[in-house]
Amino acid sequence: MNTVGGEVLVAGLGGAGVGLVLTAPISFWGGIDPASGRVSDVRHPEHGASIAGKVIFLPGTIGSSSASAVLLELVHNGHAPAALILHEPDAILLLGLIVAREMGWPPPVALRLDRGNFDRFSGRRVSVTSDGMVQVEA
Amino acid sequence: MTLELSDDERSIAAGSRGAGAAMALRIVADSARLLGAPRLIPIESAHIDGALYHGDSGTIFAERLVDGDATVSVRATLNVGALDLMGCSRVRLEEPARGMARRMMEAYRKLGCEQSWTCAPYQAGHRPERGSDVAWGESNAVVFCNSVLGARTNRYGDFLDIACAIAGKAPDYGLHRPENRRATIVFDVSALPASFLGSEIAWPVLGSLYGREIGNAVGVVTGVSADPGEDALKAFGAAAASSGAVGLFHIAGVTPEAQDVGTALGGVAPEATIHVTREMASDAQSRLSTAGKTETIDAVAIGSPHLSLAEFDMLENFIAGRRLRVPIHACTGRHVVSELDRAGRRKALEELGVVVVADTCVVVTPILSDNPGGVLMTNSGKFAHYAPGNTGYSVLYASLADCVESAVSGKPFLTELAR
Repeated sequence: MNTVGGEVLVAGLGGAGVGLVLTAPISFWGGIDPASGRVSDVRHPEHGASIAGKVIFLPGTIGSSSASAVLLELVHNGHAPAALILHEPDAILLLGLIVAREMGWPPPVALRLDRGNFDRFSGRRVSVTSDGMVQVEA
Repeated sequence: MTLELSDDERSIAAGSRGAGAAMALRIVADSARLLGAPRLIPIESAHIDGALYHGDSGTIFAERLVDGDATVSVRATLNVGALDLMGCSRVRLEEPARGMARRMMEAYRKLGCEQSWTCAPYQAGHRPERGSDVAWGESNAVVFCNSVLGARTNRYGDFLDIACAIAGKAPDYGLHRPENRRATIVFDVSALPASFLGSEIAWPVLGSLYGREIGNAVGVVTGVSADPGEDALKAFGAAAASSGAVGLFHIAGVTPEAQDVGTALGGVAPEATIHVTREMASDAQSRLSTAGKTETIDAVAIGSPHLSLAEFDMLENFIAGRRLRVPIHACTGRHVVSELDRAGRRKALEELGVVVVADTCVVVTPILSDNPGGVLMTNSGKFAHYAPGNTGYSVLYASLADCVESAVSGKPFLTELAR
């Protein structure tokens, strides 16, 4: 099966991009460069990769309470992920999307999906619909 | 669970008290829905981490609230900004970012927040009562507020903190509820030698290990025979909240909700017990450093969280009037700077080569010389965690005593960890 349905955590635009599965929890503040979307945490296994335009799969989030600010900035400057897929909801991170919507800056959709589903999307071109369907593009 | 808003809350969200108050209430309500909270509860204070510039979006957001005539309805202190408004240190933030950062700080002032500009508000006179509900941001302040003061807050992200402060409300969820404050994991340090537990680096190192092991659960530390003091607890919490998503810890016999381990666990058997070994502590210590073997260091940074006056006493004692070859950046709040200035202590430290940094710190804004690949020495578990990604420096982690000796000689001086 190359399609799975996730629970919509924060409504937003569907999108498509290469699937980037982060293999360790990340702190968006101090872990993602807000100007470019690059993973800047040198201790993180995906250090150097960019989340901009990707469908990102997050096993967990840690650290700073400024994650929301980094994600809002990425939405505003056009370097947000195409969609966010989280193993568990993170209120701090997703707040960035809630605020983006309030500001009139359309956010990407965020879904909850068990991390056991993540690997099949790694490195593939993935599309995500606004109602939560995640699919490998043919 | 569906969120039930009161008539008053619904009317505010619809604009009865202006566009700013409406936006704030909608953000609080949307977050409550995301969290599955059934209602909003009143809060007594807030600590706002949202005034740090990460890009123009945050400034535009804060100015939108100001333009909508919003003001805070509870006491709200401010965390660090991106500029040193006291003029103690030189921030290399260039225009236009510099102007946007200043506009952002100004917007939060207009919203009615106190100009505290510190990540240690709990040492700057903002100490909520035990059991009171508050909405605090800044991960180290959250963990201190919950764990050491026994007040109740979740880890409020940027924007939700100011939204709660304006609304005077927060989602009834998580650590606001007593049943969620119970420890489920025991973190037993009784096997560690007293020489390590009494050492200056024990608490930041253990905090870093604790955060990585515990993640977002609530744990209770056992095997601690004496209260290590407020600055040690501050360092432990800050490190734990950097390596994990820790919002609350207990230390049996030390912190207010843990008279003993049984109380902290709520009389229920723990889900797991982590027996901390010397090897684990030693491994956690070495993981704080990212620099390889080096003969020189380029800078020293201390004060994450912001230094207390007592920590400045220690710094002065270690320096003992000697000139530094490598600058020590000592980050603190204006509440401490005013005390230092009263006795001419800041000037004396600066003459020896200390750079006092006020209102901000070296990992949130460019203050350190632009030196990618440079080596930064620190005694802070939180600086050790964030400096490589945020400054480009690699980190050498050590005690304050070793940091000072290294700054005096210009060469790394590392005392072997007592085993």
